[in-house]
Amino acid sequence: MNLTLKIWRQKDANSKGAIVDYQVQGIEGDMSFLEMLDVLNEQLITKGEEPVVFDHDCREGICGACSLQINGEPHGPDRLVTTCQLHMRKFNDGDTIYIEPFRAKAFPVVKDLMVDRSAFDRIQHAGGYISVNTSGNTIDANAIPVNKQDADDAFSAATCIGCGACVAACKNASAMLFTSAKVSQFALLPQGQVEATDRVLAMVNQMDEEGFGNCTNTGACEIECPKGISLENIARMNREYVKASMKG
Amino acid sequence: MGGLIQSSIARKVAMALSGLFLVFFLLQHFTINLTSVFSADVFNELSHFMGTNPLVQFALQPVLIFGVLFHFIMGFVLELKNKKARAVKYAKYSGGANSSWMSRNMIYSGLVILAFLGLHFYDFWIPEMVHKYVAFAPEDPTRYYPELLHRFESPVRTGLYVVSFVFLALHLWHGFASSFQSVGFNNKYSVSATKFAKAFSIVIPLGFIIVAIVLHLTH
Repeated sequence: MNLTLKIWRQKDANSKGAIVDYQVQGIEGDMSFLEMLDVLNEQLITKGEEPVVFDHDCREGICGACSLQINGEPHGPDRLVTTCQLHMRKFNDGDTIYIEPFRAKAFPVVKDLMVDRSAFDRIQHAGGYISVNTSGNTIDANAIPVNKQDADDAFSAATCIGCGACVAACKNASAMLFTSAKVSQFALLPQGQVEATDRVLAMVNQMDEEGFGNCTNTGACEIECPKGISLENIARMNREYVKASMKG
Repeated sequence: MGGLIQSSIARKVAMALSGLFLVFFLLQHFTINLTSVFSADVFNELSHFMGTNPLVQFALQPVLIFGVLFHFIMGFVLELKNKKARAVKYAKYSGGANSSWMSRNMIYSGLVILAFLGLHFYDFWIPEMVHKYVAFAPEDPTRYYPELLHRFESPVRTGLYVVSFVFLALHLWHGFASSFQSVGFNNKYSVSATKFAKAFSIVIPLGFIIVAIVLHLTH
């Protein structure tokens, strides 16, 4: 198939960007979206032009590196997939496709379609962990009884790959779904209880400091999340936060 | 006001609680309005009680006004903060693919409701305050029903009320159910609670509309 691509090009973080039109030919339905961009970049390199910069790593939907706002949706029109898992068969010959970086004040553009998502790292560093003495006397996690439903919910929350699609989809650029998943994966387990109060306060505080917007419960994040992280996590984080605030 | 409540979650919970408070007020207001369709005497009696009871006038009324102001001002503060969180807009944005129109446009439905409140205050609240606390006019327990009918004589005025309540329904459709999520209520009862909230968001504004049209048509 032949496609018209409208791609955001931006030289660096301080330059002003713009949408640039490109034509690509010979795209097959079995190609992934990133392979289609590889084809475009081969064409650009052959012509001596600067290739389009975009994030990618594992190309199998587990690393959270690929991003891209495709035709107005993070990771494109398909559900429960990352951009690298999106197949070109989802598009038709002659289509025009808008490709933009994930937009948020907290995700500044580095170049073209690549954004700096280190704000997520800082939220995680603020409290998204449990402190364990690993000097030879660790206890097998399986030795602690955990309710099956809680274990399942914690595992579901832990499948968040931190890609940032929730922020990109949200009309407010809110990072509540990501932060709530990282809070929930510990809040549900006995190992997470010791630091529960400090964790939620510190992570929410860091989230706010990064300049993300406020959640207004549109639910766009849940729909666009490639891992299907549930809005239940946001309600849980709200409860955890209120509880922690009361404890002081 | 945004500075008073610093955390995003605290602001979210405050919006939800003030919204829930206003939902309860709507129910109470609708109940009194509904009586006007069935009995002028009951409507007069209830309005006289609400208009003269010191607890209602000097405790509940200021709390209500504070609740309304808080909800609106915080709504605007949040909208401005949220706009700042995405300085560069998308060239193409498909919000309809993942969220409802109502959820994305609460600020606009809210602005229509705010404009309606201005009209509503002009129609009822300001004349009532002037009657009682400026002119110190003698209290007539039978005056409320004729005053109500007088307001709904104009088809334009009645039409504006109808349109405003459509926007109230749109606002409640997202806002009421969303408030449960904001306060952390998400459990096995959530589906039923959401269904109740959605039904409420249609039935109550529709009830206000029917009362307005009945008052206009029958008198």
